[in-house]
Amino acid sequence: MFGLHKNERLDYIMDRMLGKKRYIAVFVLPALLLFLVFGIAPLITTGVYSLFDYDGIGKMDFLGLNNYIKLFTEDRYFPRALKNSFVLAGASIFIQLPISLVLALILAKGVKGEKAFRTIYFIPVVISSMVIGQLWMKIFHSEYGLLNIFIRFLGMKDFEYSWLSNPSTAFISTVVPSIWQYIGYHMLIFYAGIKSISTDYYEAARIDGATNWQTAIKITIPLLAPVLKTCMVFALTGSLRAFDLIYVMTNGGPNHASDVPGTLMYNNLFRKGLYGYGSAQAFFIVLECIILSFIISRIFKKAEDNASAI
Amino acid sequence: MTKKIKKTSLYIILVLIALTQLFPLYWLLSFSLKSNIEIFGQNVIGLPQDWRWGNYVRAFTTGGIFQYFFNSVFYSAVTVAVTGLLSAMAGYALTRMHWKLRTLVFGVFTLGIMIPTQAALLPLFQVLDKLGLKGGYMGLLIPYVVFAIPMSIMILTGFYKGIPKEMEEAAYIDGCGVFHCFGIIILPIIKPALATASIFTFLGTWNELMFANTLVDSDKYRTLPVGIMSFAGQYSTDWGLIGAGMVIATLPTILIYFMLSNQVQESLVAGAVKG
Repeated sequence: MFGLHKNERLDYIMDRMLGKKRYIAVFVLPALLLFLVFGIAPLITTGVYSLFDYDGIGKMDFLGLNNYIKLFTEDRYFPRALKNSFVLAGASIFIQLPISLVLALILAKGVKGEKAFRTIYFIPVVISSMVIGQLWMKIFHSEYGLLNIFIRFLGMKDFEYSWLSNPSTAFISTVVPSIWQYIGYHMLIFYAGIKSISTDYYEAARIDGATNWQTAIKITIPLLAPVLKTCMVFALTGSLRAFDLIYVMTNGGPNHASDVPGTLMYNNLFRKGLYGYGSAQAFFIVLECIILSFIISRIFKKAEDNASAI
Repeated sequence: MTKKIKKTSLYIILVLIALTQLFPLYWLLSFSLKSNIEIFGQNVIGLPQDWRWGNYVRAFTTGGIFQYFFNSVFYSAVTVAVTGLLSAMAGYALTRMHWKLRTLVFGVFTLGIMIPTQAALLPLFQVLDKLGLKGGYMGLLIPYVVFAIPMSIMILTGFYKGIPKEMEEAAYIDGCGVFHCFGIIILPIIKPALATASIFTFLGTWNELMFANTLVDSDKYRTLPVGIMSFAGQYSTDWGLIGAGMVIATLPTILIYFMLSNQVQESLVAGAVKG
């Protein structure tokens, strides 16, 4: 000890305190073990179940990938459910995100009441999707719903639908609140991203005489590439795994018209006891989320490189 | 002149969207205070003519909402406390302690953020059932804590990395033990990050629907979202009563949001930026 320099002595003490296996175990194992046993292990188990014909009680017959093949060849409902989830993703990316981005661009420029607007847009985000679902069920109610009352008020009787029990409108009626609820969420992510862009760029643009519109297109949006990627991944994976709101509003009905893979899987598992087949649907959702997130990251890689080059 | 027109039109966009976001919520609040006669025809969108606070009294007394409310408070409080402590400890080990598997373990937790919880639901259901925990408080608390930990760790490790090491070093040189140092020095420093993580955990737990709907089968352990959902099915024609239940289920999150709107916004976006 006596021959050591001060720094070496410090390193020695720190290593003795922070390198002890016993302490490390006490600090990390409670969280890690819980997570492995009740988080990761169930996920892997679902992957294993997906390869079997299994009803939860009887014996398990190994099927290989047959459950997955069945999803696309024999299942009458899965392809439509998958299509629905992609419609939701499309609406999210092409309707919700642009609205959020425009709002963020306007707000970040600094308008009067900026904070109040931000606060208001974000309110639906903190509300339970059960409440949002129930509320929009009332809005779409065929007799006393706000929407049909409004349509009657305008005298456009032809457009009066039983929104949630009509197969051709049920799914779209669940898309609307999904989009509505998270506009403020994406707006805030964009807003935080815009605020973190150095003001130097805007100074330069102003001196060059650029209009607000030009500045947004040429500077803000390219520099936002990483944030845009995050929002796209969220919008996409959120739509592919959608469950709560649709479960509350229609539970996939009428006659599976508004099903998404999440609700279909849930009913297969817990109503019909199709443990193997339902697990294949659950695991399919995991796989498509991972693969599509990866693809989006690759697409954005070039844009991000450009952003860091500016 | 054109500049003024442009500014006004931007303002109109902002106000229109704000109204779209607020109006359904205003409508909920207003019908929770009305009788069916007003809701179904006389006075659909106006303020209540006759303020029926009785809807709230009935919701609390008839629907068993009081029990659900208590349960939701209990689940949320325990989940926030346990998740906070476990993630603060794990976060400390992941950023400050010296061990080899650090990066790997961190990677495992990161993975947790991306798992859709549905994909773990069935095996979780079976395990909790085998352990005899399904259908009780523990049967729901375990999944809540488990799936709150990854994001909480993510928020906390980000913060830990920004804390200078000098304070701990001084403490350890003075002969302070690891647990003592963690409790006396570290926990007070990470308070703001812990608050951010706690808000995130609270909102997720309070609003959670799927686990609560699947893993609980009796009124005694039911949470508000599931309780109100079955309540809405049972009294489907009594909109005032259902509205009151929905407002009761929403009030705590809205109150916290209005009191701490900056922190709440920050904490939900922290999830996006770090994830």
